[in-house]
Amino acid sequence: MADKLFYFLAFVTVLSALMVVFSKNPVHSVLYLILTFFSISGQYVILNAQFLAVVNIIVYAGAIMVLFLFVIMFLNMRTAAEDARKRNALIQLAGVISSGLLLTIVISALVRVDMAAHIAPAKALNTQVGMVENLGIELFTNFLVPFELASVLFIAAMVGAVLLAKREEGERNAF
Amino acid sequence: MQLSNRTKKIEPKPLNFWERMYLPVIFQGLNITIKHLFKKKATIRYPEVKRELSPVFRGLHILKRDAQGRERCTACGLCALACPAEAISMLSAERTKEEKHLYREEKYAAVYEVNMLRCIFCGLCEEACPKAAIYLQKDKFAPAFFGREEVIYGKDRLVESVTNRAKVGLDQ
Amino acid sequence: MELTSLIVRGLVIFTVFAVTLLIATYSTLAERKIAGFLQDRLGPDRAGPFGILQPLADAVKLFFKEEFIPSHANKWLFIVGPSLAMLTALMSSAVIPFGNEFSIDGQLIPVQGITVNIGLLYIFGVVSLGVYGLMIGGWASNNKFSLLGAIRAASQNISYELAMGMSIIAVLMLAGSLDLRQIVIDQQDNVWNVVRQPLGCVIFITCAFAECNRTPFDLPECEQELVGGYHTEYGSMKLGLYLFSEYINMFVSSAVIATLYFGGYDVPYLSTLGLDKNIETIIGIVALFGKIFFFIFFFMWVRWTLPRFRYDQLMNLGWKSLIPLAILNLILTGGGILAWEHFTK
Repeated sequence: MADKLFYFLAFVTVLSALMVVFSKNPVHSVLYLILTFFSISGQYVILNAQFLAVVNIIVYAGAIMVLFLFVIMFLNMRTAAEDARKRNALIQLAGVISSGLLLTIVISALVRVDMAAHIAPAKALNTQVGMVENLGIELFTNFLVPFELASVLFIAAMVGAVLLAKREEGERNAF
Repeated sequence: MQLSNRTKKIEPKPLNFWERMYLPVIFQGLNITIKHLFKKKATIRYPEVKRELSPVFRGLHILKRDAQGRERCTACGLCALACPAEAISMLSAERTKEEKHLYREEKYAAVYEVNMLRCIFCGLCEEACPKAAIYLQKDKFAPAFFGREEVIYGKDRLVESVTNRAKVGLDQ
Repeated sequence: MELTSLIVRGLVIFTVFAVTLLIATYSTLAERKIAGFLQDRLGPDRAGPFGILQPLADAVKLFFKEEFIPSHANKWLFIVGPSLAMLTALMSSAVIPFGNEFSIDGQLIPVQGITVNIGLLYIFGVVSLGVYGLMIGGWASNNKFSLLGAIRAASQNISYELAMGMSIIAVLMLAGSLDLRQIVIDQQDNVWNVVRQPLGCVIFITCAFAECNRTPFDLPECEQELVGGYHTEYGSMKLGLYLFSEYINMFVSSAVIATLYFGGYDVPYLSTLGLDKNIETIIGIVALFGKIFFFIFFFMWVRWTLPRFRYDQLMNLGWKSLIPLAILNLILTGGGILAWEHFTK
């Protein structure tokens, strides 16, 4: 049952992820991306990580993708598409090279990993591992430093955003 | 630019702490609106309940007959003259001998028209009439119209019927 | 055994669903009735006695109106928009505990659509998705007014979600659980959260108004500026779905407010009377629905009291007042819990 569900969700994930890239309309791309996040959340639920599943939906589908959609709605689609056609070859080449490099890194990392060692036997999977309490204990004991570092990173990003959004002296004050 | 030195410049006072919390004023407003929930409603549920009209209500016009059933109007034109909206027009004609039982005076209105779109129901025609011929009924409304040709009321619709006499005026 | 419990579960889910729809249906009538009464009018009273058939008449009218899609609209997304709004609205009522457990034949049946231990997060997640229906519909209409409405909806919902989330976290800290039933039980053991969290309660209710796009925060659909906002181009039942989802959202947020801050199905001192457990459960359900109806009334009451905010005022309130207050509330709650543990142990 879980197997079939996994294959179904994996199929949906990959298909919608591909549609993100292939659909011509950016708004459709965003909607496919949201679908991708949902199917990934489904995978989390299969792995008993309900908390992660819901947080994934709240943060990515509920907040970040809303902002994506928000910005893309402001774009004028027709001119944006024409710009894309006129874009010069250099940028396209740069895109190909950078994504190729990323692919190389991912593949080389995957090759070195011994997959068999990491596939845990089904019995060892603790059903409570994904619960909020266990996750919290794990984060605040074993992974305290990376967790706090991440929060420092967020503070830095927030300060940067505030700095960018702040009106400098001499700029028009709207309100 | 100032046209006079009477203009008063109003500086909005900075809100104090309680006002900036909004909540006290919001509750004040809620208190006012909830009181209206229990107030007597102004609605009149029309087809079942009809609004009581004033005793001096001025509704649809009627051309009265006298006690013998003769038309009282003598087409003097005073009503048309008094009408501020110029809604009344008429044509006079001389009464023949055979028509004595139809018209009270020697001159009568062959055509008498009131344009209901122009009429403002002020009742000045009623006041101007020396023969007590035209009245604005206090219990009948001018109806809604579906076409322009219905708007002008001729004698066929204005003169009261002989059998079904209307009660007009304050005397009843 | 397995089958009967499955049937019972299905029955509970069906009942929750049906009750949600029924209450949302009659909220449309209540809205108009209350609007009338607060303005010294009577409201609709022609369809049936006191107008109780009015929602039916409205639905029939909406169903029989012409299905119209503007020629420049994105057809597929134009239909997806209202469907999504309705879907997300309906999903959220599933996890609310409408009452304690019934025990029939020694079997315990909780009065709750689905029992998950992250109910609060589930609701929060579904609510955060609710804005997609508005956004997609507004964008797909290919109309500037609709687009403006959609954009307003998006930025408003995101802004108020933050303060809402932070006021919820304070409740979580008190109850120590994400399970809505646990939160209710915690309030039964101690006091209602409105006593312990007055500031959080006010913040949450304010944010609930903004999330439901209700006056004074109904900027996405303000008629005076944006014609109809995101549903300018909509007609017939697609418009009906939008309007209907707003009432369902209102019902769900009332239920959540009642559950989080006003004790849910808890009636104080009920357990001291020594009644039968099942009767206690029924009284609890009635009490919760009483609270929910009060909050639905409160939503409407406020609608006819407060004028609409201006957009910059809305953003200022959200970002500069509510979020700092929510953080303050969080700190105060944390400090309070620490102090409590320190002095009672």
